[in-house]
Amino acid sequence: MTGTSKRPSEGRIDEGETVHRRTRALAAALAVATIVPLAACSTGEGSGPPVLTWYINPDNGGQAAIAASCSEASGGAYRIETSLLPRDAAAQREQLARRLAAKDASIDLMSLDPPFIPELSEAGFLAPVPEDVATATTQDVVQGAIDGSTWKGELVAIPFWANTQLLWYRKSVAQAAGLDLTQPVTWDQIVTAAQDQDKYLAVQGAKAESLTVWINALVESGGGQILENPEAPADELTLGLETDAGRNAARIIGEIGSSGVGGPGLPSEDEAASLTLFQGDKGSFMVNWPFVWSSTLGGVDAGSLDQALLDDIGWTLYPQAVEGQETRPPYGGISIGVGAFSEHTDLSYEAAQCIVSAENQASYMVSDGNPAASTAAYDDPAVQEAYPMYDVIRQSLEQAAPRPQTPFYNEVSTGLQQTWYPPASVTEDGTPVTSTEFITAVLRGERLL
Amino acid sequence: MSADTRGARRAQPEPDPASGTSPDLVPDKKAKAARSDRARAEARLGWYLAGPAFVVMLAVTLYPILQAVYDSLFNYKLTAPDDRTFVGLGNYAVILTDFVWWRDFAVTFFIMVVSVVVELVLGFALALVMHRAIKRLRGPLRTAILVPYGIITVVSAFAWFYAFDITSGYVNSWFDWVPGIGPDLNWFAQQGTSLFVIIASEVWKTTPFISLLLLAGLAQVPSDLEEAAKVDGATAWQRFSRVIVPNMKAAIMVAVLFRALDAFRIFDNVFIMTNGANNTEVLSLLAYRTSIGQLQIGMGSAISVLLFLCVIGICFVAIKLFKVDLAGARGER
Repeated sequence: MTGTSKRPSEGRIDEGETVHRRTRALAAALAVATIVPLAACSTGEGSGPPVLTWYINPDNGGQAAIAASCSEASGGAYRIETSLLPRDAAAQREQLARRLAAKDASIDLMSLDPPFIPELSEAGFLAPVPEDVATATTQDVVQGAIDGSTWKGELVAIPFWANTQLLWYRKSVAQAAGLDLTQPVTWDQIVTAAQDQDKYLAVQGAKAESLTVWINALVESGGGQILENPEAPADELTLGLETDAGRNAARIIGEIGSSGVGGPGLPSEDEAASLTLFQGDKGSFMVNWPFVWSSTLGGVDAGSLDQALLDDIGWTLYPQAVEGQETRPPYGGISIGVGAFSEHTDLSYEAAQCIVSAENQASYMVSDGNPAASTAAYDDPAVQEAYPMYDVIRQSLEQAAPRPQTPFYNEVSTGLQQTWYPPASVTEDGTPVTSTEFITAVLRGERLL
Repeated sequence: MSADTRGARRAQPEPDPASGTSPDLVPDKKAKAARSDRARAEARLGWYLAGPAFVVMLAVTLYPILQAVYDSLFNYKLTAPDDRTFVGLGNYAVILTDFVWWRDFAVTFFIMVVSVVVELVLGFALALVMHRAIKRLRGPLRTAILVPYGIITVVSAFAWFYAFDITSGYVNSWFDWVPGIGPDLNWFAQQGTSLFVIIASEVWKTTPFISLLLLAGLAQVPSDLEEAAKVDGATAWQRFSRVIVPNMKAAIMVAVLFRALDAFRIFDNVFIMTNGANNTEVLSLLAYRTSIGQLQIGMGSAISVLLFLCVIGICFVAIKLFKVDLAGARGER
């Protein structure tokens, strides 16, 4: 730049004019070149049936297959296209909430994680469920899934699949430790058994949503609740952590964290890392979702895992937090929500009904390892063959406890992750108190999260 | 790359090959009048060329900044837009009296200082290697050095994360001969080791950038000065510290400033590797979590505004106190 301005050139002004003209022509050409493809983008519909966009959580392709089969079954009434959300639940919520807050009309259907449903519903981001659809889609559905899709007494999303965690164990380790898993076991028992056998216990200690899942299951299994009045406004929410149930949960997590039985990977261990640990030489017991079964089967088929490992895996209900008290396993899953700003809400509900049909739920369970919300799906022979533990899953779903259903779920969950992490730092007397103080202050807007 | 050396060479005023003198220096009234015409035409052309960019800059930076400042005065959550209330400077009071802000500030500052210092040393070494390399090797060498800079930060963050991860990583088994490293070392379970990986990844990724800026500076050091020093019997170290470094101070300071601003806004590495666990959270991540994660637009905007003020503060300190001459480094003076 400096060089050219200092260099002399004759007929400069004329040349400047030409440059101007050339620049303008170039600018105009550039503008046209930019706008034309943009305009082409905006008219994506064209002719043909209306396109419904279904925002799905990543899976093994099962939802895309359902989208294709439902599009076909509609006889040209609609065509479902899938759009992939991020992998972890919190990031899925972020993307959906951000888009819906901007009134994104492209969101017709979405796969929603139950804890985020109250927040989206309270904000008016979900189209109301027509009465007939609500009746049709809640028949023969496990209660946990209906509860998870309900906010303030009304069904606001359609249950699709329901998830729950089981206690998975290596038969050899349990046998060596002399633990009888035909009877309900407690957390203390499996911790002792793993320690005695010099093995690692696989639990999710990473600072993520999975930690909240663990805390909630422990508190609920002890007969408590993280939130005592989940429907209250932010500044009136009361936490139930400073209770026997809360303190017992803190004791169990703190013990697993500080004793080293969780292994060195515990502070960064998510569900996938738990599975890797469990499949390894130090594997003993693991709490995890049923996808671990299809995943291990896949590993054996691919030759990366031994058949002996598969034969060594057993399963039972989630451990008890207090001996003799019925366990409340984690509840998860996906419900289908319809975007409030969608241009095709009727068609979307029609599509949602097709998506959640019992046959689709059964085939999805077989293909992707995600348990059906419909009880009828468990009678499907294909499901029973693919999931020998189908009965335990169904029972676990009946007992499962959802995470607190509040529009402020993100604050509560992140607050728990901040104060109950790393597991080694959790103490029976300290953590419930600091956690309650911190989350209460955050909800009142007095602290940063 | 070659484009940069061309830029550096062009920055040196060249004498007109025809007359041997620079024609701008010839005092001539006619020429002066013509030049003012020319100057005006050039100024106009300058505006035509820069105008659209200027307008775009206003639209994409000034407007959001003002909007953020405005939003930061409210208690405003995206999922409860009707509950928006004016709180004045309340959000700033909450942030600046909160431990989390100051902890994140300290972590960010630490990452910035360490990564910039390490990058400066390594970058200088790489720049010298590139500068001195024999012609035949220069091209491949520069390409090799620039490869990390061409990799998207998120991708490099994942690569480093998986390399050090306790379940899938290979670092623990490759380096188990180093005391303290073994199969049970979880790099992402403590603050120190987490920050080490974060900074190492940052250094690996951006050292090429700093070395490029320094290479441009090296090219500006007149070789006759160096030769004169050599003739006077200066040792290699003396030539480096007394001739080369003082002559490229402007380039060094600009490199440091650019990298410091960049490093202060670090996000990707921390987000991917620890997501702020074990006291590794940085200010950008705090702003992200508040605005995007919790959808607290008011509080999040206030954090962003404070982050912006921090960046301005760094610029101010660099330009006023350390006298960084941005124009000088570009060869405009």
